[in-house]
Amino acid sequence: MRRGWVAVAAATTVVLTACSSNGGDGASSVPTVNADPAKVSGSITVLTNRTDQLGEGILDKYAAEFKKVYPNVKVKFEGMKDYEGEVKIRMNTENYGDVLPIPSDLSIAQFPHFFSPLGEAAELSKQYQWTDYSTVAGKVYGIANYGTVTGFVYNKKVWADAGVTEWPKTPEEFVTALKALKAKGAATPYYTNYHDGWPLRQWTDAVSSPSCDPGAKDAMATTPLPWTGGNDIFTIDSLLYSVVHEKLSEEDPTTTNWDNSKVLLATGKVGSMYLGSWSIAQVRDAASKAGANPDDIGYMPFPSTTGTPCTVLQPDYKYAINKHSKNQEAARAWIDWFVNKSGAAQNEQGISSVKGTELPSALKPFIEKGVRMISQNQEKLAAVKKIDKGAEINLDAPDYRQKLVDIARGAAAGDQKSYFAELNKKWSESQKTVG
Amino acid sequence: MTALQRDRGTGKPPARTTLAAAPADRGRVARRKGVRDRVARREGVRRHWWFTPWLYLLVPLGLLVTFTYLPIGDMIGYSFTDWDGISPEKNNVGFENYTDLFTRPELFKVFLVSGVYLIAAVVQICLALYFATVLSFDTRFRNFFKGILFFPYLINGVAIGFVFLYFFRPHGTLDSLLALLGVHGEHLWMGDPDLVNASLAGVSVWRYTGLNLVLFLGAIQSIPPHLYEAAALDGANRWQQFRHIIAPGIKPVISLSAILAVSGSLAVFEIPYIMTGGANGSQTFVIQSINMAFKFDKYGLASASAVVLLVLILLVTWIQRRLVPEERVELS
Repeated sequence: MRRGWVAVAAATTVVLTACSSNGGDGASSVPTVNADPAKVSGSITVLTNRTDQLGEGILDKYAAEFKKVYPNVKVKFEGMKDYEGEVKIRMNTENYGDVLPIPSDLSIAQFPHFFSPLGEAAELSKQYQWTDYSTVAGKVYGIANYGTVTGFVYNKKVWADAGVTEWPKTPEEFVTALKALKAKGAATPYYTNYHDGWPLRQWTDAVSSPSCDPGAKDAMATTPLPWTGGNDIFTIDSLLYSVVHEKLSEEDPTTTNWDNSKVLLATGKVGSMYLGSWSIAQVRDAASKAGANPDDIGYMPFPSTTGTPCTVLQPDYKYAINKHSKNQEAARAWIDWFVNKSGAAQNEQGISSVKGTELPSALKPFIEKGVRMISQNQEKLAAVKKIDKGAEINLDAPDYRQKLVDIARGAAAGDQKSYFAELNKKWSESQKTVG
Repeated sequence: MTALQRDRGTGKPPARTTLAAAPADRGRVARRKGVRDRVARREGVRRHWWFTPWLYLLVPLGLLVTFTYLPIGDMIGYSFTDWDGISPEKNNVGFENYTDLFTRPELFKVFLVSGVYLIAAVVQICLALYFATVLSFDTRFRNFFKGILFFPYLINGVAIGFVFLYFFRPHGTLDSLLALLGVHGEHLWMGDPDLVNASLAGVSVWRYTGLNLVLFLGAIQSIPPHLYEAAALDGANRWQQFRHIIAPGIKPVISLSAILAVSGSLAVFEIPYIMTGGANGSQTFVIQSINMAFKFDKYGLASASAVVLLVLILLVTWIQRRLVPEERVELS
C-alpha cells in the first residue's frame, strides 16, 4: 500500500514540474564562436518547417557537410508540418530546440524573451540583408538564410496567346490583360487559392510595391485609414477585389487546392497567381512533371501606380537561437555556417542574405527590364503588428482577404466601399488604443 | 419468437444468491472442509478503508483532473487577463474581456450558423431513430446495414473533410450524381453562402447518424420482446408499436441525444474548420474563439468566450432537464 502512495506522490511531482512556468532568465549575452572549429562542441537540435527537405535527406546532407568543419558538433533536425501552429505552443516551455526559424506571427518586441541576441545591428547589417526585420534595441535576434521578391507567377504562353506580351504597367492594365485572357477562353485568368488561404495572405507582401515607397508598411502605423486611395494596401486589395468581381478568377474558390493549382498553372489552365519568387522553381517543377514546358513559367512584378515597376525584397524565415539553449556556441556556429557556407540559398533560387552574392537566374528578367528592388523599412513593425492584431484584421492571415473575395463574388453582404470602410474603422479604433 | 428474442435470449436475469446469504454460506462451506482457520485469518487481516474504492479510481480521476479540470481552471484564469498567448507577463484586467464580449453583438451573430446545425441534428435523430427501429426488427442483412451506417463515425474527421471537399466541387461527385438523376445545373455547394452551412451540416449528419443509431439500437434491444408479441396479438401495426412501445421505452436515450445535439450544434468545430476554415459565412462560435486566440493573440478574450460557451451549454442542458425530467421507465 505504501508503495501506492509513493507512486501517487511521484506522479503529482511530475505533473507539477511539467506545469511550472518558464520564469527563469537564460543567458542574454551574445554567443560567440571559438575561432578554432575543433574546439566548438555540443549537440544541437534545429527546428525546421521544411519537412519536405527533411524527408528527402537534403538537410542531413547539410549536416554532414557541417560536421566536416565542426567535427565535435552533432546536429539533429526536428520537422514540424504546421510550423507556425506548433512552435508557438512549444515556446511556452524552455524546450524549443537550439536553432529555430522565428515564427512569422511573433511580435518583434517579444524576440528578447525567447532568443539570444546574435550581435549589434550596426555590425551585422554590414554583412547581412534584412537584419532590421529582427532588430530590437540595436541588437539583431535573427538572420535569414535567403529572401524572395514578390510578384505574379504566370504562364507566358497563355498570356502571349491572348495577345498580352508586355507586363501590365498599372492595376487597370492588369485587369484588362486578365479580361483578354478570359475572352480567349483557354484558361482561368487568375487563381486565388482561397481554400488554402495562405496564398491570399501573400498579397500583403506586396505593400511598398505599387507606390515604390519603402516606408509604406511603416506608414500604416500612423495612417488612420489605410484602405483609402493612395495607400498601398488599398491598391492591393482593390486589385484583388476587381479581379474577383469581374469574374476573372476560378468559379468556386472554396474548393481550391494548392498542389493542384501548380499543375493548372504549369499546364496553362490558369493564367496567373500572386506568390513569392520561391514559387517559380516549384511551378517549373510541376510543369516538367506534367509534360509541359517549364520555360513557359514567368514572373512579373506587381503593377505600379507610379510608372516604375518595383518589387519588394524580403526575407524568408529568420533563424534564431533559443535563449535557454545549453549549446549557444554550437548553435551560433550552425547559423553562421548555414547562411554563409552551405549554399542552401542558391540551391533554392533564393536571394542570399549575405550581402554581395549574385542574384538567382530566375530573376534575370527583372534586372533586364529595370525593375527596382526595394527593401521595406521595418522601423515601426512592432507598432503595425500591434494595431493589426488589436483591430482583429491580421494582415498576415488569410481571413480578412477571404471575406474580401466573398464580397467581391457576391457571396457576402456589402461591396468594396462598405468593407473598406469597416476595415478602416477597425484599424483607426485599434490605433487609438495602442497610442 | 421474434428476432429480438433470439438475439438476447429469454431476457431472464441469471439466478443470484442474495448478499445477506453469502457470508453464511461461505462460513458453512469453510467449516465443513476444515479450512476455517485460514479463512478467519484472511478476514482478520483484511481491513476496509473508506478510500479503497478511490484507489481504483485514482488513474482515471488523475487523468480527468489533469486534462480537464486543471485546464478549465487555467482557462477561467486567462479569461481575466490580457495574455497574448506567448508573452511571459499577463495583466489582470478584471471583467474587461467579458464586457468586451457582450458589448459586441457581431460576436454572437455566429450562433445563427448553429441554427442550421440544430435543424440538421433533428434530421439526424429522426433518421437514426428510423433506422434503429427498422434494424431492430427482422430485416435482411441487418448487421451489414448496421455496419454501413456506423462506419462513417469511425473515419477520421480530417479525412472526411477532404473527401467531401471533392464531393462538393463544381462538376464533382455530387453534381455528377444529381446529373444521373436528371437534375442538371451548377451548384456551388461550398461557394454559395446560402448552401455552405447546409452542405457542412449534411456532412455532419452523415458522420454522426451512426453514433445515434448505436445508442438507439442498444436502448431498443433492452425492451422486453414479449411486449411486441402482446401488441401484435392485439393487432398493433409497426407504427403503433413504435409509437407506444419503442418511443416511450427509450425516452431517456432520446432526451440524452437531444441534449448532445443541442450542445453539439452550439460547439460545432471540426467539419467546418477543416473544410472551409470558417470562410464564406460558415464560421462557428468555436472557430471564432480559435481565431481570437491564435490569429489575433487575444487569449484573454478567447478564454472568456470559451467560458461563455461552457456556461451556455450548461444552461441549455439545465433547461432541457427541467423541461424533460429524467424518469425511470418501467416496462413489462
